[in-house]
Amino acid sequence: MKRTSILLITCLFIFASLLVLPGCKQDKVVLNIYNWGEYIDPELLEKFEKETGIKINLDLFETNEHMLAKLETGGTQYDVIFPSDYVIEEMIKKDLLAKIDFSNIPNFRYVGDRFKNLNYDPTNEYSVPYFWGTVGIMYNTEMVDEEVDSWDILWKEKYAGKILMLDSMRDTIGVALKKLGYSVNETDPGRLEEAKQLLIQQRPLVNGYYVDEIKDMMINGDAAIAVNWSGAAMDIYWEGIENIRFVVPKEGSNLWFDCMVIPKTSQHKKEAEMFINFMLDPENAYQNSLYVGYVSPVTEAFERLMQENPEVADMDAYNPSEEVLDKCEVFIDLGDNRPLYNRIWTEIKVQ
Amino acid sequence: MVKFLKRFYLTLIFIFLYAPILVLIVFSFNESKSRGYWGGFTLKWYVELFRDRDILKALYYTFLVALLSSIISTVIGTFSAIGIHNMGLFTKKMALNINYLPVLNPDIVTGIALMTLFVSLNMRLGFMTMLISHTVFNIPYVILSVLPKLKQMDKNMTEAALDLGATPSYALRKVIIPQIMPGVITGALIAFTLSIDDFVISFFTTGSGVTNLSILVYSMAKRGVKPSINALTTLMLLTVVILLLLINKRTTKGDELIP
Repeated sequence: MKRTSILLITCLFIFASLLVLPGCKQDKVVLNIYNWGEYIDPELLEKFEKETGIKINLDLFETNEHMLAKLETGGTQYDVIFPSDYVIEEMIKKDLLAKIDFSNIPNFRYVGDRFKNLNYDPTNEYSVPYFWGTVGIMYNTEMVDEEVDSWDILWKEKYAGKILMLDSMRDTIGVALKKLGYSVNETDPGRLEEAKQLLIQQRPLVNGYYVDEIKDMMINGDAAIAVNWSGAAMDIYWEGIENIRFVVPKEGSNLWFDCMVIPKTSQHKKEAEMFINFMLDPENAYQNSLYVGYVSPVTEAFERLMQENPEVADMDAYNPSEEVLDKCEVFIDLGDNRPLYNRIWTEIKVQ
Repeated sequence: MVKFLKRFYLTLIFIFLYAPILVLIVFSFNESKSRGYWGGFTLKWYVELFRDRDILKALYYTFLVALLSSIISTVIGTFSAIGIHNMGLFTKKMALNINYLPVLNPDIVTGIALMTLFVSLNMRLGFMTMLISHTVFNIPYVILSVLPKLKQMDKNMTEAALDLGATPSYALRKVIIPQIMPGVITGALIAFTLSIDDFVISFFTTGSGVTNLSILVYSMAKRGVKPSINALTTLMLLTVVILLLLINKRTTKGDELIP
């Protein structure tokens, strides 16, 4: 018994020293990155470490809200974070973000002009786009034999019980608003009421409101038409499944962005800017876009991927037409109008 | 007829319990990344699993935290239980109620409270904070599984040992601990599984590159969970099954009973 207890204590000491020791060798700069899971090519992280001698620590989050909760409490020392558009606006308002010194990011010139100075960061001082996409209609070509180009198809009796909607307040109300020809950021109560009525009227035709399940349900043939993000359509394309298509309707839609930002609490701002610059390098952006499967805002990377995979050029999920893109809008933070949206959303869901 | 119904009921329950796990195992051999679509048999997810730096790192941290936190919380919990057992009636009730609180508290409250505490103490979130948090939420469970064993124990045994000249620490080691061992082991096992399982508390108390498996899996929600995770769970399940078989063999053969 004595021997075992001595052994146990020694083990504990060894463990404890193992834990403390790595903390001692702080000669290398460590960059803490906070990203979604499976959203960056690990080879690029290694390449960056090799090129610069900076070590990277990758932490993961699953929703913007969790990430924000953790950041706001403090105690974290993240240097680069990858939030979505509407959260960036909120983070700017809450004074959580540092202004990026763009003279350290020469590669920003490779970013397409369409992706600069967007609503959530109008003067483009805080964020650099990482991936972008749209919201559109996903449909099974074996079950839908007409041409799909408008949101109207989601209201057709013919597809009753075979329609899936997104369980996401802004996106779904946005679909109705766009169908009516209004902005996705509409705040006029009368117009929002119209959108609400439209969605309530559609309710009997809808199979259900889902998020990640939509992809699998579509592949399984459980539904014919679904509203979904273009990223999911890209995933299906890379899987090699050919009977699922994706269309951004002619009325326009929502344009979303995931970006790179530097929080105010960062202790290695210069290195963080080096990292952002590294990710914007066309070669790296191309490699990353190929790994993740999403669309890069870096023009050269975007075009190179299209040259090497000619099919994607005709896909709305990858390359929507200029005309349609002009009608797409980025979400603006609702601010005081959020309760109004919440109420409408609840009324639709309880139907 | 009754026999048939009994059997039928049992099978139904087993199907209910094991069908999801079976599906998961089957899909770990699926060529396609998507769930619910069979693209052919493959072992590539197993190969990829052992190449994936992030998954292996998360696995390492998960087990390290589970092992350390279950050992530490078992030691602390067992001694606390012995202490609580010997308290007066009123203080005992008080201590027990305080002990129940963290068990009933929702994880998200515990997680955010711990995070706020660490931050206010100026501790850097990382491995240490996660280990402390896991130890903290494990202790009540260990106490709760050790206490019944103490109640079952004959009080006179300790007194007899002391009468016969054993020092208190000798009596503790040779009389009390062997008797409550089944409770201690159960407590340690519960602590171990709870620690492997936990997402919410880990998410809020970790930082600087320390990620455990549940955080890794949840963070894949945006892109869809990688089949390598199915492969990993299959392997973990296999390990548990083999361990159980070994333990069963030992208990049926040997004289030493392990609960």
